[in-house]
Amino acid sequence: MRKGSEEIMLMKGNEAIAHAAIRCGCDGYFGYPITPQSEVMETLMELEPWNTTGMVVLQAESEVASINMVYGAAGCGKKVMTSSSSPGVSLMQEGISYMAGAELPGVIVNVMRGGPGLGTIQPSQADYFQAVKGGGHGDYKMPTLAPASVQEMADLTVLAFDLAFKYLTPTMLLADGIIGQMMEKVVLPPYQPRLTEDEIRAKYPWATLGKPHGKKPNHITSLELLSEDMENLNKRLQARYRTLEKEEVRFEEIACEDADYVFVAFGISARVCQKAVEIARSEGIKAGLLRPITLYPFPVEKIKELSNRVKGFTVIELSAGQMVEDVRLAVNGKVPVEFYGRMGGVVPSPNEAFNALKEKLIQ
Amino acid sequence: MTEEIIIAGFGGQGVLSMGKILAYSGLVQGKEVSWIPSYGPEQRGGTSNVTVILSDDRISSPVLNTYDTAITLNQPSLDRFESLVKPGGTLIFDGNGLSRMPSRKDINIYQINATEYSISHNATKTMNMLILGGLLKVKPIIEVDNVLSGLKKMLPERHHHLLPMNEQAIKAGMKLIQVFTV
Repeated sequence: MRKGSEEIMLMKGNEAIAHAAIRCGCDGYFGYPITPQSEVMETLMELEPWNTTGMVVLQAESEVASINMVYGAAGCGKKVMTSSSSPGVSLMQEGISYMAGAELPGVIVNVMRGGPGLGTIQPSQADYFQAVKGGGHGDYKMPTLAPASVQEMADLTVLAFDLAFKYLTPTMLLADGIIGQMMEKVVLPPYQPRLTEDEIRAKYPWATLGKPHGKKPNHITSLELLSEDMENLNKRLQARYRTLEKEEVRFEEIACEDADYVFVAFGISARVCQKAVEIARSEGIKAGLLRPITLYPFPVEKIKELSNRVKGFTVIELSAGQMVEDVRLAVNGKVPVEFYGRMGGVVPSPNEAFNALKEKLIQ
Repeated sequence: MTEEIIIAGFGGQGVLSMGKILAYSGLVQGKEVSWIPSYGPEQRGGTSNVTVILSDDRISSPVLNTYDTAITLNQPSLDRFESLVKPGGTLIFDGNGLSRMPSRKDINIYQINATEYSISHNATKTMNMLILGGLLKVKPIIEVDNVLSGLKKMLPERHHHLLPMNEQAIKAGMKLIQVFTV
């Protein structure tokens, strides 16, 4: 099927990530299989990009190895990524903190499943805290993007790489089991060539691609023994985070213009709430939906603005209530913020979301 | 037009593939489509199901409370999904091995004995296509030509010699399906 010059394809969210990575000029993928995201590496292996773009695809011996391979390759200025699901991403936290400290760009995909522990393979959003509050140690923040469709799995993979390199930071694509497993239509992004090593040297002078004679060596490290130096690194990171918070907030508003009540939800929960908005409107209740696309930076200003004109918010998540804390911080007590969630891999139906709005907020 | 379909049965009966063929056919017909498989423990033995939505408009939630059409291929699926068909909706079931038949009076119920037919015709591999044929007969949501194009799009070229066999099964299914009266 073609729409204009673009081909419309039908594929799973996980497959879309793999296609988008190859197309945006990714240099390498390192990963370890885990449901519900195994199709990312499976698709890459099937597409054999090492024969076309030259991209490396490698199954590492563990998630710990994968993230450290990402660290090493990113240190060379390469555009690299890994993907996993919740338990695997927990294993990667040390490496993510090290990347943040060493100011290294890289993309980590988490297709969340129910936890804690080994949990279940069914969808969840319970890794919100881990992603946006710093799952590893130290004062770091990680841009976190939340796709809600197969199209966004492709588009936000490309954006994640752009943000990673713009702000020299690990960047997370935080999806859930349903968005990973479901098939929808998608138009894949255009091909961009991989950077040559000369282009990398010119663009990223910090990259460790070999030291020509007479040039000072580049160091990639997160270790500073002098506390003043370490504080300076922290100040540099914090300044970058403030810029991120100012310039990179992304969200979608659905039917918010005249809304009395607003759902706040991301990923698959946002899709469920979209239907709940339709149900509410058909019963004469003016409901809307605010869907954060960036979970960090969080759309604080947008929520503040909405809290001046709506009667209340209902937050729906596949967790015991995590993002709701950030919504409450933004609303700051102006109007009620109610929460409804399902845990352990259960996905609420649109009716459940609607009933949560009606019973908790309106009555 | 929006058609929300659940197909459920045992793993191996071709439930996920049938959903996939429907989704690809919808794509060929220019519709918005979504396909969600059960990828959990069901896939590893037991009951498996897939939700397919075909729509002329943007699909909001791919997760549903109720369905326009349910297709059930075993007793546990019939027991679980009969009650989730919208009033006035459609239930298609395979009668093989059932101890309790459908009982709702506010929906349209059709029986298709595809398991029995496919065994007696030595064609168990196209059992799901019989059912797809049955569905298209009672709910012509997608044109048969588009289903065949969808199937061609979905199958790797090395399997294209099997296309005529699948077309035959769709046509046989159209004849096999019958109205079931409670």
